[in-house]
Amino acid sequence: MTDKPINNRAWFFVLPVLGFVLFSSIIPAMTVVNYSIQDTMGANNFFWNGDAWFRDLLNPSTEIGARFNDALFRTLAFSFTCLAIEVPLGIAMALCLPRKGWAIGIALVVMALPLLIPFNVVGTIWQIFTRQDIGLFGAALTGLGLHYNVTQDAISAWITIVVIDVWHWTPLVILLSYAGLRAIPDAFYQAARIDGASRWAIFFNIELPKLQKVLVIAVLLRFMQTFMIYTEPVVVTGGGPGSATTFLSIDLVKIALGQVDLGNAAAMSLVYYLITLTVCWVFYTIMTQIERRRDA
Amino acid sequence: MKQITLDGIAHSYSGKASSDSAYALKPLHYVWEHGKAYALLGPSGCGKTTLLNIISGLVIPSEGRLLFDQTDVTHLATEQRNIAQVFQFPVIYDTMTVAENLAFPLKNRRLSKPVINKRVAEIAEMLDLTRDLNRRARGLTADAKQKISLGRGLVRADVSAVLFDEPLTVIDPVLKWELRSKLKAVHRALDLLMIYVTHDQIEALTFADRVIVMNEGRAVQIGTPAELFECPEHTFVGYFIGSPGMNLLPATVTGRHAVVDGNEIQLAAAYPDLPPNRRVQIGVRPDYASLTRSVGLPVQIRRIADLGRKRLAHVTLGRYPMVATIPQDMSDIGEQAKVTFDASHTHVYLDDVRVRGVAA
Repeated sequence: MTDKPINNRAWFFVLPVLGFVLFSSIIPAMTVVNYSIQDTMGANNFFWNGDAWFRDLLNPSTEIGARFNDALFRTLAFSFTCLAIEVPLGIAMALCLPRKGWAIGIALVVMALPLLIPFNVVGTIWQIFTRQDIGLFGAALTGLGLHYNVTQDAISAWITIVVIDVWHWTPLVILLSYAGLRAIPDAFYQAARIDGASRWAIFFNIELPKLQKVLVIAVLLRFMQTFMIYTEPVVVTGGGPGSATTFLSIDLVKIALGQVDLGNAAAMSLVYYLITLTVCWVFYTIMTQIERRRDA
Repeated sequence: MKQITLDGIAHSYSGKASSDSAYALKPLHYVWEHGKAYALLGPSGCGKTTLLNIISGLVIPSEGRLLFDQTDVTHLATEQRNIAQVFQFPVIYDTMTVAENLAFPLKNRRLSKPVINKRVAEIAEMLDLTRDLNRRARGLTADAKQKISLGRGLVRADVSAVLFDEPLTVIDPVLKWELRSKLKAVHRALDLLMIYVTHDQIEALTFADRVIVMNEGRAVQIGTPAELFECPEHTFVGYFIGSPGMNLLPATVTGRHAVVDGNEIQLAAAYPDLPPNRRVQIGVRPDYASLTRSVGLPVQIRRIADLGRKRLAHVTLGRYPMVATIPQDMSDIGEQAKVTFDASHTHVYLDDVRVRGVAA
């Protein structure tokens, strides 16, 4: 690497990318920053507002602060619930998939079907599916005498949203884990058999360590997607009943587009974005550090 | 355990073999004796790994019986046989230290802690791993990892055979010698039955008391390294072992004479009853064919290869290419020379199989 010639003209080749990134991310992001430090009385007249929007947002005693806190807590709870179900379930199902033969193709395609369905279609499917009157799932549960009502009962709504996410996205974890498992050479299993290892010992000493890398990816992807979930709860519950399933993204849209409260919404988007970034960065750094320390 | 007996063991991966060529391993009878080192030698896909996996139980043979002493273990699970196996690529448990790796097979068999520790210390000592016992196994070099794989096999007190499946493939050439002498030392120290699969003839010949040369699923010759070299029973053994391999020249053999493209060669024995219309070849190793100035059969020199410790002449005898040794004192070699064959090391092959001559 070091014997490459140094030529500053190379920077010219970076310019197109820089231009693209400018229009795709930096300029839109800066408009949000712009709104977050200004206030407006309408008619496109803006004036400086300093960090007031942020102070309000991060102070739980204000109305917007309390609202933000609640939504953040709900969203984190949702993310962790989904991760806690999807990751173990995904690994378990990947372990059950066949390793050889014609059944692999069929199993993988059937498994991956939910991944191909657009978000709002998923929402619509489940919205109909869970209806008490004509939905197969909703009507069946009600017929069994269970109290199940997505639009009126907070617990029903929560369970439904979690089930939707598990149904929609566990296949991703399965595919990643399956790929990771397939990368383990047969010799490891053969050696483990000769060593007299039990199925659990094989899982904990061979499979899980070898899956670590793909699981980091899986957890990162699933955290980001669940933390940003929007379409499914909007279509199925509309954020209700009350605000039981109003996650951060839904609340943000309500504030920005429903109330046209641009200052609060802009401050909230930036904090929301920074939380996602920070959690992912911290998680990734810790995992790679653990990896590096093991190699040492 | 005193011996392992292969009683008509054969394997076809498609179940029952319909024809001879469907066998990955053709029917084989052989007795492996305790305390000896064997090598299975052959090119890729010749069935040597299949045979190894049958002995360790990773593959159940489609035909025949496998006996450990008098016990039939053909269908016994791998973990119930007292066999250890070292694979081509080192298998270590990433998350464990070297000591934990070595202790793993004993822990799985629920031995007590003091017994495990004592045994691990002994094996680590034998394999020079003592210094690394508390290190994570995944950071070590390939040869250390391969020693751990071996150690996990040896640590079990009941192990009576160790199988190696091309264990030096991923090891640096310099360390290969070291690791191989370690294996020999372990073999001498523990008096185990060792079976070593390789496609490298030097590895096989230096490691083993007996070498089984395999080709296309068949054991073509079983013998000591010297037997394989001096008296190959099959043309495959002739050219697979030795570098360069044996010269094989199409010939017509009558009595004590062989004729190769009009050149007559004297043989040490008579071959009176060779059936007609079959492929007859004579085989002689380059070491037993020497170039001379005046005596022998006329050859054209094609090129000279100087190997340092000896020189070889690539020549043509009649129409056929062959290799002969150039004597130490011979220099200034022109385009023409003569070659003589050592009659007692010149063999006759009928359809690739050696024919025994009649003395006198």
